[in-house]
Amino acid sequence: MLTGLELYLGGVVLVLGAAFTLLAAIGVVRLPDLYTRMHAASKAGAVGGGLILVAVAVVSQDAAVATRAIIGVAFLLLTTPVSAHLLARASYLSRYKPGSQTLIDELASKNGQNPATE
Amino acid sequence: MNPVFLIIVLALIWAAISGNFSGLNLLLGALIGGVAIWLLRDAWAGPRSTRKIRRVLSLAALFLYELMASAVRVAIVVMRPDLKSALRPAIIAVPIALKSDAEVTLLANLITLTPGTLTVDVSADRSVLYVHVLDMGDREAVISDIANGFEKKVREVFE
Repeated sequence: MLTGLELYLGGVVLVLGAAFTLLAAIGVVRLPDLYTRMHAASKAGAVGGGLILVAVAVVSQDAAVATRAIIGVAFLLLTTPVSAHLLARASYLSRYKPGSQTLIDELASKNGQNPATE
Repeated sequence: MNPVFLIIVLALIWAAISGNFSGLNLLLGALIGGVAIWLLRDAWAGPRSTRKIRRVLSLAALFLYELMASAVRVAIVVMRPDLKSALRPAIIAVPIALKSDAEVTLLANLITLTPGTLTVDVSADRSVLYVHVLDMGDREAVISDIANGFEKKVREVFE
């Protein structure tokens, strides 16, 4: 009975992770511009991938595998925001304008003083 | 913390992760640990206290909670049939009072992984973060959320 517990727990976490990853993918398709898409890809994507790795750690019952899976989660959480930020910044600097619904763009007024545009 | 003690701990972690406790592998782990400690020698010049560890844990707990809330919120927005009306995107300038690169980097990363906000750029003098907001309600509320939440905790960890 108890031996099956980690399988059920791991299965639930795995399905949750897959669901978040699916929603992230749907978000990338449905949202209007790159900046809003990065919200879906970075947040739901990181949580989805992280939960799948946590499921691996729970199911494996092996310290070596579990340690590596948890370290994988940490790296995922460290690198995902960096790539989201880089994509958003790169597309802004290459003059890809935010979607027409965008209410305020305070970066636009500052862009002339930004050394990175040189 | 004593570097020799740290090297032994790092060598053991290395052996545990690579799943091989042979003498040669432990030696390799100690060597890599030594190089890592040498590269980061300036990073722990300051005093380490249990209070600081507690602050780091408090920041980590807040972060994990916000991350889950953030993923759920984005998931709900994505599933709405009237997606266009649910979005009020904006890029706003958020003034910050952090000094070092490490603090600004950590804060920018934390902002990206929390509900409805994404760091796009930082000003050259590190005084302003440009944040993309998915669903903009009140500009001042977004700014004070960041200032009183993560920015305060980040400053406590680094002080």
